[in-house]
Amino acid sequence: MSHADENPGTRRDFLYYATAGAGAVLTGAAVWPLVNQMNPSADVLALASIRVDVGAVDPGTQITVLWQGKPVFIRARTQEEIEEARAVPLSDLPDQGAENANLGDEAEATDENRALSEDGVWLVQMGVCTHLGCVPLGDGAGDFHGWFCPCHGSHYDTAGRIRKGPAPRNLPVPVASFVDETTIQLG
Amino acid sequence: MAGIPHDHYEPNSNGEKWLHSRLPIVGLLYDTLMIPTPKNLNWMWIWGIVLTFTLVLQIVTGIVLVMHYVPHVDMAFQSVEHIMRNVNGGHMIRYFHMNGASLFFFAVYLHIFRGLYYGSYKAPREVTWIIGMLIYVLMMGTAFMGYVLPWGQMSFHGTAVITGLFGAIPFIGESVQVWLLGTPNGAIDQPALNRFFSLHYLLPFVIAGLVAVHIWAFHTTGNNNPTGVEVRRTSKEDAAKDTLPFWPYFVIKDLFALGIIMALFMAVVGFMPNYLGHPDNYIPANPLATPSHIVPEWYFLPFYAILRAFDQEVWLVIAVNWLSFGIIDAKFFGVIAMFGAIVVMALAPWLDTSSVRSGRYRPMFKWWFWLLVVDFIVLMWVGARPAEGIYPYIALLGSTYWFAYFLVILPLLGVIEKPMTPPATIEDDFNAHYAPDDAGSTTLAKPAE
Repeated sequence: MSHADENPGTRRDFLYYATAGAGAVLTGAAVWPLVNQMNPSADVLALASIRVDVGAVDPGTQITVLWQGKPVFIRARTQEEIEEARAVPLSDLPDQGAENANLGDEAEATDENRALSEDGVWLVQMGVCTHLGCVPLGDGAGDFHGWFCPCHGSHYDTAGRIRKGPAPRNLPVPVASFVDETTIQLG
Repeated sequence: MAGIPHDHYEPNSNGEKWLHSRLPIVGLLYDTLMIPTPKNLNWMWIWGIVLTFTLVLQIVTGIVLVMHYVPHVDMAFQSVEHIMRNVNGGHMIRYFHMNGASLFFFAVYLHIFRGLYYGSYKAPREVTWIIGMLIYVLMMGTAFMGYVLPWGQMSFHGTAVITGLFGAIPFIGESVQVWLLGTPNGAIDQPALNRFFSLHYLLPFVIAGLVAVHIWAFHTTGNNNPTGVEVRRTSKEDAAKDTLPFWPYFVIKDLFALGIIMALFMAVVGFMPNYLGHPDNYIPANPLATPSHIVPEWYFLPFYAILRAFDQEVWLVIAVNWLSFGIIDAKFFGVIAMFGAIVVMALAPWLDTSSVRSGRYRPMFKWWFWLLVVDFIVLMWVGARPAEGIYPYIALLGSTYWFAYFLVILPLLGVIEKPMTPPATIEDDFNAHYAPDDAGSTTLAKPAE
């Protein structure tokens, strides 16, 4: 017993720690692929962008498309809807961030920062309630004439911003851009 | 195995001796089956057998269903309908499996509350209790993943809500959700269905292993019993006065009880197989539309109610949010509360300070216990209601009592309660409650006076 204490740096100690260390590294190297295989696979990641023809979407109507397994709302807003959204002061909003993936994190939740086009007609956003992931109802639903989530009663306004209910954030705006006059690319 | 003194297996023939000296498996089975069991066990001690039977039922019907099921987003729903309409007897096998899950949870809740009332969790049975809680958590995981497999509307959107819980974890939540679902944006798709199928097949076997450990643990400590008094271990003769061998006495009793439970179960499977389910799950999964009212299966409702009870208007949530610099928000608080509700139950052996084990001899405990049972049922009811109007307040009240029972009432009762004196031995209790009036010892003809 005391022999080992007096000689901390023996060959046996070295072999013991070296073996244990190598064993730990090898175990980790063996386990990591088993964990990592559950992350998104290459083909899933490759399907990152789609193009949507919006030529048939008239003002006051919307379409819902499936992008990366989730619904995306694409709405052509009427002038009234745009005016209603632009009349709201920022201080009335529970979430004052734009939640727009095309802008920085600091962007404020003004209607201009939410809409895709300069004139404010096109609004593109994820159709996933920020509360627990239900799909909200559109076409002027809810107290603020935008979207309403029937699951737990979250009301969104005509710019997709949360106004009332348990949802914490505005409907996120995904990476999107116009490829030509009537085609929007998502992602 | 250590434990209550009793006769062990002795190999007689040469063949038995040959095997016993090489692999004592017959001795293990004999000692397990002939384990001395307190002879005063009442009808609440049948649920272990019911649960074991149900586990076997689920594994057998499950293996058969997998022979016809296809774990693909385009075919899963169709393959379940194929089982229901085309496979010979397939609809009955699936209805057994579906309702078997309900039977499983029905029995496990009675089993757990039995343990809570008679103090089965208390020393020296803490390990049995902890293993049991692990089994319960695995059961919930297995049941949830099984519910996803038919790929109906409830499967799909229920998955969104439940995996969304992991997304509520601060900092790492989103990566965890991506990892669980295997899609870059947390969409519910093929990877989720495939891996849930794999785990739904695996976990029941893990449960079976834990059941063996659960039985091993309480065979080492001996069963608890309605008095909470330990079997005398002073000698084999004393132990024999308190116990009877498991076979045949308790096996026959348990099988009788199982027969009655099975009659009720068959009635549900045969006449109302969809009563406990949701019609929405017979609509194929559609990512573009959510059912208007998402409700989990009945056996998850009490904990679902606790999850939803803590919204951003509860002062405790506001305080915790402020103290954690906003890291713990209302959504994450609800998740902690839901898992915490099970953790505090698992900690019951160390929270209960009473020197008396069985609730039968604890006059104040009884009231609080039955209030907990009512609380559980109320939470189950309110969990199925929409989260509006008066319901969130009821859920909050019920959740508060759940935590108060384990964290405040159990520790305090041991100090302030004056328990009654339990009988000295199990034999005394048996003679007082179960022995025939004449105890089989009075002479038939009284001597003339």
